[in-house]
Amino acid sequence: MVDQIVIPLLKILITLNATLVAVTFMVLLERKVIAWVQNRLGPMRVGPHGMLQPIADVIKLMTKEDITPVKADRYVFTLAPFLALIPALIVFAVIPFGPEVSLFGRRVVLQITDLNVGLLYIVSVASIGVYGIILAGWASNSKFPLLASLRASAQLISYEVAVTMALVSMVVSAGTLSMAGIINAQFEQGVWYAFVQPLAFFIFFVGGLAETNRAPFDLAEAEQELTGGFHTEYSGMRFALFFLAEYANMIVVSAVATTLFLGGWLRPFPNVEFLGFLGFIPGWCWFLAKTFVFLYVFLWVRATLPRYRYDQLMRLGWKVLIPLAIANVVVSGILKVLL
Amino acid sequence: MAPETQAMFDTDELVINMGPQHPSTHGVLRVVLRLDGERVVGSDVVIGYLHRGIEKLCENRDYAQIVLITDRMDYVAAATSNLGYCETVEKLMSIEVPRRARYLRTVLSELQRIASHCLWLGTHAMDIGAMTVFLYAFRERELILDLFEEFCGARLTYNSMRVGGLPQDIPPGWDRKVLAFCDIMDAKLPEYEQLLTNNRIWLERTKGIGVISAEDAVAIGLSGPPLRGSGVKRDIRKDEPYAAYDEMQFEVPVGVAGDTYDRYLVRIEEFRQSVKIIRQAVAGLPEGPIVGKVPRLIKPPAGETYHAIESPKGEIGYFIVADGKSVAPYRFRVRPPSFCNLQALSQLIKGHMVADVVALIGSIDVVLGEVDR
Repeated sequence: MVDQIVIPLLKILITLNATLVAVTFMVLLERKVIAWVQNRLGPMRVGPHGMLQPIADVIKLMTKEDITPVKADRYVFTLAPFLALIPALIVFAVIPFGPEVSLFGRRVVLQITDLNVGLLYIVSVASIGVYGIILAGWASNSKFPLLASLRASAQLISYEVAVTMALVSMVVSAGTLSMAGIINAQFEQGVWYAFVQPLAFFIFFVGGLAETNRAPFDLAEAEQELTGGFHTEYSGMRFALFFLAEYANMIVVSAVATTLFLGGWLRPFPNVEFLGFLGFIPGWCWFLAKTFVFLYVFLWVRATLPRYRYDQLMRLGWKVLIPLAIANVVVSGILKVLL
Repeated sequence: MAPETQAMFDTDELVINMGPQHPSTHGVLRVVLRLDGERVVGSDVVIGYLHRGIEKLCENRDYAQIVLITDRMDYVAAATSNLGYCETVEKLMSIEVPRRARYLRTVLSELQRIASHCLWLGTHAMDIGAMTVFLYAFRERELILDLFEEFCGARLTYNSMRVGGLPQDIPPGWDRKVLAFCDIMDAKLPEYEQLLTNNRIWLERTKGIGVISAEDAVAIGLSGPPLRGSGVKRDIRKDEPYAAYDEMQFEVPVGVAGDTYDRYLVRIEEFRQSVKIIRQAVAGLPEGPIVGKVPRLIKPPAGETYHAIESPKGEIGYFIVADGKSVAPYRFRVRPPSFCNLQALSQLIKGHMVADVVALIGSIDVVLGEVDR
């Protein structure tokens, strides 16, 4: 009973809450990091060094008036923010946060479930998320959001293919679709896949930026052009759901990249004996640290780069990333057969 | 698309209204865009949301009071608006301005040019999505505002010139602070350039965007950096020197292609030239009075005159008709650079994408206070 129901429920509860809290603090981290880059202090008023800012933000967003424009398609308009957030959250079901640990005398796997098609699950669920954006833009019945949703759908098509192709070459290397299996494969081969598949790593990262609508690919919400893009007409908590979805997606991409390319919860050089002292740091700490590095790069990129234009982004996707990704699959396959 | 497919799908242009309340129209500019997908097939630029009747207002004020109204036109470059007006009245009355005042006017207008270009660079980069440059550029602009505050007490609308000279001499030590600022500016310019000049995304977003040929630029009546970006070497500071520019050594940067990137490069180079001019002017600052022989009551003889200077945005000209009886101008007319440069916008954005529209508005560098007056 405990193994079947209580532990999985607890794991779901903890993961879900940890993610939501992490997301709210991600917003603070973003504001702080960008402020530091720009010689500013960032939020400083709420709590010491603005540490309680997320709580103030949540209270503000919860108490704001929830407006549905008269001309909007009510049902789709209401559905869209959930459609954006929920896929971002359920991806966490297959992310392995750590190896098996024993808690209170029980062996517990730090992963909600180890699907044998975990990677496929992530790719398919993640692509549902963008429907939230497309439908939000459509249902708002307003011109700027409509343009934004067109951009989002074009962006999705161009990048999903490249990212999936990059993941296929990963699967060729690892020989499994299970997330835990991929980490174990990296352990057995004694190397992080970032070094085995650098091109796939690069494509996945660029595609990840594009899929999460982050700078320099934040075309769908381009404040300066489309006045906020798809969420122009949203207010209060529904707007916040889009916000949460964006940051949750960032965490998802970072966590998946960590798992696939940086060995997940493995310590650096997992097979080198004399670095064994690093093993005293638990696996989940390594996992979180590596994920954090990715998140930091996301923010760093946002603070540094200008924004791509819609057609340039499409060109980059179709003419550069997809051919590269396909070539990478072919080369990986040939090498796999030969070696 | 072939004609028959066009008939099959009934396509329609999407009309969107950008502004007057839009984050990237730099004030209250309104651009009505007709779009085919994201491509602009036509546009109407609508102005007038900030019209305050400044020209008529000036015809009801005496000559000394007008200085402060000129602040309210190009409010991010008030000192050059002041200077243009004061020099026009001086020309009308044949007033000799002391050399020290002319040198200080040069320093002030070049500081103003840097401040205005900082604001342009920040907002232009922000429109294209590089938000860090905005904060960096404003950091340096702040130092200039401090210098102006020390000189005349105001940070935005300076009222910093008088007919015949300056309102007061510089405070002690001010010239050293200006030189210290020049050193800071020299050190910070590479920072801006590092973020943008060779950035691939920046190049893709600005190269070949909004190309305007030299002939077209002259025909439309562009002036300032947009004109020089198209390769026309026209700078009033060089061609018809005023203040103390005839005694300064500086280059006039010109572009080649006439696109957004060249206009960017021209302005970046103008930062350097301005710093160079400020250094020379402060080093050669002569002693002497700061106001020439000006009658207590400014009442020009009957006549009319036009005088133009190079503001950060282009040629700002004043046309004043005096009737010789009144203490207020009979006719007061401004030729604002932003207004004339804005005429090019419709032509520039045609055929480009929505994202380029904001880049081009930024690239022309308009201030709506000056467009509408």
